[in-house]
Amino acid sequence: MAATTQRPVVDLREPASWRKTKNQIMTGLMVLAMLIIIVPLVFVLYTVISKGAGIISGQFLTAAIPPNVLPANLGGMGPAVVGTLEITALASVIAIPLGVLGAIYLNEYGKKNVLARIIGFMADVMTGVPSIVMGLFIFSIFTLHFGFSGLGGALALACLMLPLIIRSSQEMLSLVPDALREGSYALGASRARVTVTVVLPTAIGGIVSGCLLAVARAAGETAPLLFTILTVTSTNTNVFSGANTALPAQIFTNATSPYNGAQARAWGAALTLIVIAFILLVGARIITARFTRVGR
Amino acid sequence: MEPQDPNVVTERQAQPAAARPTVGVTPSVQDLPATGTGNHVFDANGISIYYSAFRAVTDVSFSIYENEITAFIGPSGCGKTTVLRSLNRMNDLIAGARVEGDVRYRDAPLYGPGVSPIAVRRKIGMVFQKPNPFPKSIYDNIAYGPRINGIRNKKQLDEIVEKSLRQGALWDEVKHRLKTSALGLSGGQAQRLCIARTLAVEPDVVLMDEPCSALDPIATSAIEDLMKDIKSQYTIVIVTHNMQQATRVSDRTAFFSVLRNEKSDTRTGVLVEYGQTRQIFEDPHDPRTQAYVTGRMG
Repeated sequence: MAATTQRPVVDLREPASWRKTKNQIMTGLMVLAMLIIIVPLVFVLYTVISKGAGIISGQFLTAAIPPNVLPANLGGMGPAVVGTLEITALASVIAIPLGVLGAIYLNEYGKKNVLARIIGFMADVMTGVPSIVMGLFIFSIFTLHFGFSGLGGALALACLMLPLIIRSSQEMLSLVPDALREGSYALGASRARVTVTVVLPTAIGGIVSGCLLAVARAAGETAPLLFTILTVTSTNTNVFSGANTALPAQIFTNATSPYNGAQARAWGAALTLIVIAFILLVGARIITARFTRVGR
Repeated sequence: MEPQDPNVVTERQAQPAAARPTVGVTPSVQDLPATGTGNHVFDANGISIYYSAFRAVTDVSFSIYENEITAFIGPSGCGKTTVLRSLNRMNDLIAGARVEGDVRYRDAPLYGPGVSPIAVRRKIGMVFQKPNPFPKSIYDNIAYGPRINGIRNKKQLDEIVEKSLRQGALWDEVKHRLKTSALGLSGGQAQRLCIARTLAVEPDVVLMDEPCSALDPIATSAIEDLMKDIKSQYTIVIVTHNMQQATRVSDRTAFFSVLRNEKSDTRTGVLVEYGQTRQIFEDPHDPRTQAYVTGRMG
């Protein structure tokens, strides 16, 4: 048609330029970087699923841990599943209230005072402390006096979780607009009331998902447990006394044994652990989405 | 030094005005009740307000009268919001802020020993420039204040919510969706919700910090009507940048300006003139007020 072939008065097409080429190069590099990141992630998942999926069954999740020499189709990881759940739960019960209250102090009360600065700084330092150091710390101040127990493991995991919870919760609290605090103060609310009725409900979605991420991280830690729970093969439902076991620690001992059956059970335990972490992460996502929706 | 900048009153220009009293109106005009009862709600006597070392407001004196609307006008940075926030001790929340001089609320020293800012704010409510509804339901927003005052009775709360929303001219628009989130309201509705939320605790005074600056003319007009409606029960102080708004709603107007000291390169807010709104806009006594209200500056 004549109208389309006619040269328009204004040319709105982008002129060929170095800027355009640069844009294409950078886009290409970013796609490449993303692929490089995805490859190891997918490969780890593929390996664990392909080696562990075959062994997972109801029996595997509940049966006792057999001697390492027994073949893969016998026994399971029951005691380690129980141990991981109870130790992680206890660690969460210790670390979440402390961490969230600490974050509230830092953000709502301490502000920029000296104590708050010191606590904030120490939390940052603690984030960088290797997890095995946490294990050694609890071993020397707790396990040496009271013996191996799930509680010791939980304390070590709690030390690991605390800085993560403090920092993520504080971040969420600092995102609450001051206008909301002022609105509440202007109605005659005390600081505690403002915190409980306005600041926390507004930030709760982010705080909960931050806590769940810390729980997922702790559930997968091996090093803090090595010195504190002894990694036995029997089920111990009493988290407060007696040696215990957990999936990561069990993976460590099984994977280092020379027997095929034990190694297969380690892969199964690894997959179980990944599934637990996955469930926690999905839970974190759902909770965050839910609270944000209510807030809108 | 930029003599063309009309917002800035230099020290030299200000000299003659400094010689006369800060409240530059004759006392007889000043004390006439415009529409209210004539009772004093606030008496500020020579107050200066500091943010750490910075003196934001210097030597301000005025009285606010019961059941009247008093407007604070003036260019940006003249300290009108600072003065407003000092009237219900909201400035206490800012680190380093302090008030010098005497502020009395119904003859009680507002900054006296033992005075609780929390008790002060339950009597003297505040509406902010940007609507700040809590991320809760409309009902819970209104019931928030009564609840922190210990009212738990469902029936009583229902009554307060309806009464406050009616006072806030919002009831008909939201009565079917009281349980939905307040964040779904439009800007004008949200601001009326915030006003209703303030009224729900039955304060004595409502302070408004540019409550219409984020709103369109229709929403603004709704809020101005609302202010006139509730004037018989409350004393209102409003900070506004909109001079038409001041003439439309207020009984008295205080004009603040910026005083710049060339030598020390510091600036501070001062109260230039205070009087009945009509007098301020039609017969200003101070040349700076005249320049401002006629639009020759700011």
